[in-house]
Amino acid sequence: MQNNFPNEGMSVIVKTITRFTVWLIFLYGLYIVIHGHLSPGGGFAGGVIVALSYVHLTLAYGKNFVMERVNKFAMNSLEAIAAILIVLTGLVGLYVTGYFLANFMGIGKLYTLLSAGYIPMLNIFICVKVSMGLYLVFYYLASFKQQEG
Amino acid sequence: MPVDIWLYFILGFMIIGSIACLEIKNILSSIITIGVVGLSLSLAFLFLGAPDLALVQFVFEILCMIILIRAFAKRSIEVRALQRDVPETIIAIVILASIFVLSIFAFKDMPSFGKPIVRVAERYLANAGVETGSQNIVTAVILNYRIYDTLGEITVLFTAILGTLTILRKTGRKKRHAE
Repeated sequence: MQNNFPNEGMSVIVKTITRFTVWLIFLYGLYIVIHGHLSPGGGFAGGVIVALSYVHLTLAYGKNFVMERVNKFAMNSLEAIAAILIVLTGLVGLYVTGYFLANFMGIGKLYTLLSAGYIPMLNIFICVKVSMGLYLVFYYLASFKQQEG
Repeated sequence: MPVDIWLYFILGFMIIGSIACLEIKNILSSIITIGVVGLSLSLAFLFLGAPDLALVQFVFEILCMIILIRAFAKRSIEVRALQRDVPETIIAIVILASIFVLSIFAFKDMPSFGKPIVRVAERYLANAGVETGSQNIVTAVILNYRIYDTLGEITVLFTAILGTLTILRKTGRKKRHAE
């Protein structure tokens, strides 16, 4: 990856280590989300870990490096879209079963990855929402400059 | 050692950490002591057999500490020495002591440790796998039995983020700066 802001962020050691660790953290977050109905974790914990991988990148390389690659508007939109999708899932449940947010998909076989109906889907929506939202909170709070005087 | 002794140890650690957080003058050390309290809470959840909650608490505490350090550590924040008056201190001690005595009476009537008064948990433990198909019962409760609560939580998070973005957005600040 080309770095257009080599003077920002932390030292070369931290940047090199970040290159090896950041995707591990990201993949661990995704693992926690996808296995949310099988092992401890779930959408919220995995979403926070995914947000932490972005935070890791921001701390090591500086915020301009990250903001060159991800779009703030896209992050805002993804968060809102995930929230809408959760409510839409509830409405589909209302249409199919007659109860809002009821499980409208088949339960499947216990202990397998594709089981538990709509729980993995909701976990993924919650992960997108939580990770985008928390990273945006971090971005705005950390890049907020104190006014002089 | 039984779980209770570990819990008392961790709770004492948390109390010491929160007192130290209030008394330390340096803001960075103070933030790190907040982290001690949060990570001890995560450890307490782990001892109580709640790995889901421990994971969330652990990860979230790290994020909170990073935000606090980045947002406040380099700010110039005035540290004012507290000047406590004698009558105020006496009133505070009296109120605290009365709350302590009342809480002793209140906690006597609570169900003992590990024996919850709510019976619905037994039904969840027995039937969650069959009814929801989820191996992790915590997820089954959060995302199937109690999904309205989760929807409310998501709304709370959404509102918090909306508030942060509204207060800290750049365009509004620039306009005020230009006036």
